[in-house]
Amino acid sequence: MVLFLLLAIVSVAASIAMITARNSIHSALFLVVNFFCLSVLYLTLNAEFLAAVQIVVYAGAIMVLFLFVITLLNPGREESSDRLTGQRPIAFALGLALLAEIALLLSQSSLRERLGTFPPAAPFLEQVQSKISGQPTAPVGNVQAVGIELFTTYLLPFEIVSLVLLLAVIGAVVLAKRQLR
Amino acid sequence: MAPLSYYFILSALLFTVGTVGVLIRKNPLIVFMSIELMLNAANLSFASFARAQNLMAGQVIAFFVIAIAAAEVVVGLAIILSIYRTRQSVDVDDLNVLKG
Repeated sequence: MVLFLLLAIVSVAASIAMITARNSIHSALFLVVNFFCLSVLYLTLNAEFLAAVQIVVYAGAIMVLFLFVITLLNPGREESSDRLTGQRPIAFALGLALLAEIALLLSQSSLRERLGTFPPAAPFLEQVQSKISGQPTAPVGNVQAVGIELFTTYLLPFEIVSLVLLLAVIGAVVLAKRQLR
Repeated sequence: MAPLSYYFILSALLFTVGTVGVLIRKNPLIVFMSIELMLNAANLSFASFARAQNLMAGQVIAFFVIAIAAAEVVVGLAIILSIYRTRQSVDVDDLNVLKG
């Protein structure tokens, strides 16, 4: 509980600092802080694989790409003033309205009953096991459970995602080429 | 362990901060980072649902979201780079013509 509150406060503070920081490199680093907090939160949710992927893919790969592009684009330039009058107050009002909507939804008792509370940890690993072999085997970890689901139930989406990644790479190369002929 | 609703409140807060960031910032890189923040907030909800319902599907979907986010960032940053190359500016308010 203490761990959750600490992580929640740090991650919300880091995200607010990210959208208010003047320097875009500072924004990127605040976002990395936020990613690490979320990674520890995934650990508290028994999602070890997601925690590792969060660090490796987000904090490792995506943020390095962001920092690379920020340094390439000559940071430290002042942002122009609002061209749309009253953009900031309207944005804050809309954000508060969104938060109020979600809070209203969460406060409805029927939804809360359906969601319930957290059950004791890790019975789903046994579920996955019995689905595969039909008999109890040695306990598997979260990574194995995710892998089994990914390569049996979600095999087609997995392959489609690999195609999407390939297309993204090709698209990026085409867009970043000096000139198209 | 904190109750399930706390995770949803945190997720909603992060999503709202991301939305406000998209709305108020002019630098497209920070707009992109705010979108990443919103995707992360959604992932947190997926992971908490997976834990609460004892289903593996939530974690698998969160994994797919991360993979698609990586693809989206790659294409988006390439587009920002090519805009910068032709216009020498990346302010979103300056991007008001469709012709390249």
